[in-house]
Amino acid sequence: MKNPFRADMEKSSSERITSALFVVIVSLFFLLPIAWLFLAPFDGQPTYRLKLSDPSFNNFREMSQNPYAYRSLLNSAIFSAGTGLVIILIGAPAAYVLSRVKFKGRDVFLYFLLLFSSVVSGSAAMVPLFLLALRFNILDTYHGVIFILAGGLLPAAIFILKDFTDSLPRSYEESAKIFGASSYRILKDIVAPVIRPGLAVIFVWAFVQSWGNFLIPFIIIRDINKQPAAVMMYSFYTEAGDAVIRTVAAFGFLYTIPVLLMYFYVNRKYGFRFYGGIKG
Amino acid sequence: MSTVNIKGITKVFPNGVRALDDLDLEIRDGEFFALLGPSGCGKTTLLRTLGGLESATDGHILIDNNDVTRTSAGSRNVAMVFQDYALYPHMNVKENIEYPLKIRKYPKDERDRRVNMAAKALSIETLLDRKPGQISGGQQQRVAVARAMATTPNLYLFDEPLSNLDARLRLEARSFLKQLQRELGVTTILVTHDQSEALALADRMAVMELGKIRQVGSPVEFFHRPANIFVASFIGSTPMNLIEGVVEDKSLKIGDFKFALPPSVSKVANTGAKLTLGVRPEYVTIVKSSGPGVFSGKVKITENLGTHYLVLFDANETVVRGTVPDGVEPNIGDVVHFKPDPERMLFYDTNSGELI
Repeated sequence: MKNPFRADMEKSSSERITSALFVVIVSLFFLLPIAWLFLAPFDGQPTYRLKLSDPSFNNFREMSQNPYAYRSLLNSAIFSAGTGLVIILIGAPAAYVLSRVKFKGRDVFLYFLLLFSSVVSGSAAMVPLFLLALRFNILDTYHGVIFILAGGLLPAAIFILKDFTDSLPRSYEESAKIFGASSYRILKDIVAPVIRPGLAVIFVWAFVQSWGNFLIPFIIIRDINKQPAAVMMYSFYTEAGDAVIRTVAAFGFLYTIPVLLMYFYVNRKYGFRFYGGIKG
Repeated sequence: MSTVNIKGITKVFPNGVRALDDLDLEIRDGEFFALLGPSGCGKTTLLRTLGGLESATDGHILIDNNDVTRTSAGSRNVAMVFQDYALYPHMNVKENIEYPLKIRKYPKDERDRRVNMAAKALSIETLLDRKPGQISGGQQQRVAVARAMATTPNLYLFDEPLSNLDARLRLEARSFLKQLQRELGVTTILVTHDQSEALALADRMAVMELGKIRQVGSPVEFFHRPANIFVASFIGSTPMNLIEGVVEDKSLKIGDFKFALPPSVSKVANTGAKLTLGVRPEYVTIVKSSGPGVFSGKVKITENLGTHYLVLFDANETVVRGTVPDGVEPNIGDVVHFKPDPERMLFYDTNSGELI
């Protein structure tokens, strides 16, 4: 007997093959640069091609000749960790209050947080930010960059953390309160540990955002000893304007690794998901 | 062991909702007291006000004759078990039970002693190392009760502790709670919207509506003599028949049916007064023939309740519920005669809703 669905099935499987092929081609297109990032640093004669003809660590040796290379990676770490820390220290209490205290105009406030976090970008506010930094006398300082980066990321961080804190049942705090716990103890013993996965995710998010930020340190920092890796990368060019490909490859690799490791660590420990409380 | 006196408690929320309205209540020492009412009646607000989570707008709360109205939640020595149990997910069972004891700065050996005692009383010794997320709902509830118990409070407050359990477990937990309360002898206040739970557990209970108490009494009183139409319609697993009629010549006329009023009622109800007859379906039984004091009508629905049938029949546009024993149930469409037990008939003033 003839299966009336046969033709349909064949058609759908041929469609499936086409769409799979399309996905593979598109993925390859985006994967190539990433593959290059991991191969070129170990190639003795790196070009823009994807190859590993003469494996060696020469590129890293050559990069080390640059007196500012490692220093800039350390600077990046300082900027990123500092920003992450400021975001947690300010964002977590702010989110907690916004979640727990209902006041007039709270929803409008939250709406503006979201609006400003996505609409107003750093490049649009470049000039006023520079002038502000000048006035506050924080040009060319670590904390200057950290405050400006944190200021840009805080609205989104508060918004996400507030949502996360909302999912924490109030009964946790209330039961502790009835047992006689002070507000400080409730925060320390109950709230902070329960929302820790959320804090970790936000910290990493802020870290990565700052790590990749070029504009803010480029405007604020003058001293080359304080430049982060994202800006330093820009200096690995010859006077003719060509990239010094050996240095760029090696440096790019080192620049990528910390962020990748961080993602893996957090994903392993907490998973990139938000949860609060116990499901019964 | 404590008495609780609530005097004129009023709670008005900032949005203007009057959750508790000049409410008086006395709870005796060692009593298992249930607060019952539909959602939004203020029962949970009352419990939270007792626990100190809400501050009263007006009135006084006395625990053992000490005015605690303005004292902080932690200083009242009460323990509350929440509807969601409020177990801390990052602490294991032992740490959860121990946490209130840590807050109260008990030494380590005393904490261990109390944790073990509470765990033993609730048969959760084998779960002490588990996280709350790794144990069942029923076990979580026991842990929550153990945590409350370990603090040896003067007063237990239970906020719908059974509503998150499935039906079978709920019955089990119910008997268990009752037994535990008996053994501990500590005054316990339970909030529930489930009338069967209140009837089963409580020594005494109160029904609330719109921030006020409508009746206080023992479950037996509630079942047999609901003080008003609201309570009558709320209590009982099958709803009470509440049928409106008009007084005529010392009897209540409902459509074509007449029911003699007892002397205590006919004394105060004049001809023309509107009364509501209240009688439980359990006390409305089938009889052979019609006559005074008997409803007649066509059977609309029969429901099998196991040992007996609940029969809904239409007595000239009035729906009446009665019960018949298993085996003699009528068919749908049959004409039947049902007689309410005169001893069990209650008469309410239709306008005020109060029992006469």
